[in-house]
Amino acid sequence: MTALAYHLQIVNLLAALLLLISFAMLSQRRVVGLVTLFAWQGAALALSTAIVAWSTGQHHLYYSAAMTLGLKVIAMPWYFYHLVKKLNVNRVVEPMINIPTTMLIGIVLVIFAFNLALPISEMSGTVTRSTLGIAMACVLLAFLMMITRTKAIPQVIGFLSMENGLFFAATSATYGMPLVVELGVALDVLVGVFVLGIFIFQIRETFDSLDLKHMEKLKEK
Amino acid sequence: MELFWLLGIPLTGGIFLALWGYRRNAPEINALFSLLTLAMAALLTVRIVEAGPMMVGNGWFFIDSFNVFLVALTAFVAFTTALFSRPYMRIEQEHGRLNATRLRLYHSSYQIFIGAMLLALTTNNMGILWVAMEAATLATVLLVSLYRTPASLEAAWKYFILCGVGIALALFGTILLYFAAEKVLGSGGNALLWTHLNGVKAQLEPTVLSLAFVFLLVGYGTKVGLAPLHSWLPDAHAEGPTPVSAVLSGLLLNVALYAVMRSKVLVDGALGNDMAGTLMMGFGLLSVVLAAFLIVRQTDVKRMFAYSSIEHMGLITFAFGMGGAVTNFAGLLHMTMHSLTKSAIFFAVGHATQKTGTQLMDDIRGLIKTNPTLGWGLMLGTVAILGMPPFGVFASEFLIITTAMHEHPWATPFLLLALGVAFAAIFGKVQPMVFGETELPKLPYQPAQTPVFLHLGLVLMLGLFIPPYLAAWYRQAAHLLGG
Repeated sequence: MTALAYHLQIVNLLAALLLLISFAMLSQRRVVGLVTLFAWQGAALALSTAIVAWSTGQHHLYYSAAMTLGLKVIAMPWYFYHLVKKLNVNRVVEPMINIPTTMLIGIVLVIFAFNLALPISEMSGTVTRSTLGIAMACVLLAFLMMITRTKAIPQVIGFLSMENGLFFAATSATYGMPLVVELGVALDVLVGVFVLGIFIFQIRETFDSLDLKHMEKLKEK
Repeated sequence: MELFWLLGIPLTGGIFLALWGYRRNAPEINALFSLLTLAMAALLTVRIVEAGPMMVGNGWFFIDSFNVFLVALTAFVAFTTALFSRPYMRIEQEHGRLNATRLRLYHSSYQIFIGAMLLALTTNNMGILWVAMEAATLATVLLVSLYRTPASLEAAWKYFILCGVGIALALFGTILLYFAAEKVLGSGGNALLWTHLNGVKAQLEPTVLSLAFVFLLVGYGTKVGLAPLHSWLPDAHAEGPTPVSAVLSGLLLNVALYAVMRSKVLVDGALGNDMAGTLMMGFGLLSVVLAAFLIVRQTDVKRMFAYSSIEHMGLITFAFGMGGAVTNFAGLLHMTMHSLTKSAIFFAVGHATQKTGTQLMDDIRGLIKTNPTLGWGLMLGTVAILGMPPFGVFASEFLIITTAMHEHPWATPFLLLALGVAFAAIFGKVQPMVFGETELPKLPYQPAQTPVFLHLGLVLMLGLFIPPYLAAWYRQAAHLLGG
């Protein structure tokens, strides 16, 4: 077994882990649990990016991995824990659709994602191309999570998890985007989370709750 | 050099206004920064018109007649909106709807928003274009919720999440684009430069590019306000402060459509068929028809004009989708006309709603009696946006519809029906607002209506006579879009 194949196996393992975490997020009822899972997902992403960087000699991927580690594993989860504690919103929340149904829809989405990714990964020349399907599945599962949650923080974690899936897709299909773009994306995500923090306090102040069910006034009559 | 200042001034303005805080003359400083930006945009335009397309900063920025026209338009409307917001926001503050902290946020975000849009327009890198579009959204999220009312928070949240999802799809489209480009151009920063991509577009993998375009169109299309992902737009326009509605409607939608068009040029080259155009026509037509019928049901004046924006953006998307020199020309002209007219309408509507204290059309009556300038401003603006001659909107709509009759006759009945419905609905609702009976006293102050009449004057002028150099410029830009 060559060295490359050995690393490849670890990357594949991490990819599987990413998918598993995505499913775990779908079934998680508590906000704190969700934040922890999000941090783990970030860690798996950072590790797999670093391994791809090391095995292919793409040095700019190290920065990308470091950014993921710093932002999505340390800074953002810390901030979310802080928010949850401060706002005292760590209660059990039922999603709009019950969890077994959500999981079934999730499985259908995974099959769809693999079919969608098949023609692209056949064209890709990277060693990690087989994981593209998993990346797309993660994106779709995160999307599903955004749809089924009615609370503000879970919705945003869904959004960030979607971003994780996209980063993973970029790494597996093309060894990551050009560095300046990745920096820009990271900056946008950071500012986005910051804006969100201000925003969550505004929502809390006005509605006395973070349940987005209060925010269904603006509808077409 | 002009470019450096063009991007540097709004950014400096944003930081300066954030640090300096809200002082008595912060609105004037905001307008001053916008004026300087406009001056730089004018210098840049002159340079491009004289010397042709230009690459700056190792190919990181690229300016040709297509984007310089949008740069000039953006800087112009940004300046007039800053002029309008000066007295408008002061009165809001006197009414107690805003305080100094929020005005500081408002002025700072306003400049950063303009800077982000100008960056999106001038960058040559499709990845940076994405980053700038996202930055423009983030800068406006807190502006939409500026009043902190439950409705405005809901609107801002919807805007944040829906545009976030949209922009994530666009990111995936950009990744796919890079994936296709990397094979031809090699990895690294150059592979996302639009000029490089444009040079090798015929060699790009067609399957990947068609998939990329679907994601880019749906992603950026969310921001253009194309149906069925338009639902953030009326809420954000109705609940945010009026100057923000004016720049969202007049500028942000254009910039998002610009991103779609840049992608379309690449995809057309790679595919050699009109798959991209057909998709755009479909989304455009759906938006026009859906918006027209939703206009009928609106009771809130800003919401109604927000739906009218969806309708017009749909029409422009449809025009660009048809392709060809004439329709591209018409699409560009319509972009200009819509920006100028719609922001003028929002200025007039802003004063009207501020005076009556409501956005409900049933409660706004007899503007012509309480303030003739305001009444005429709203009436003329409405007549212009509905495409009545001699205003410029008529010229561009006429061009679009006659071409549609020739090339896609099946679409004509839908377009005419939608335009007819929108006309009847909007005119029927605005007419009593302006000419109806009212007991309200005359306005104690004179509203700032110079921007309204400045915009409408330009629209009227362009409807009657397009100066030859401007026409040549539009034609050149239309040619760049493939016509």
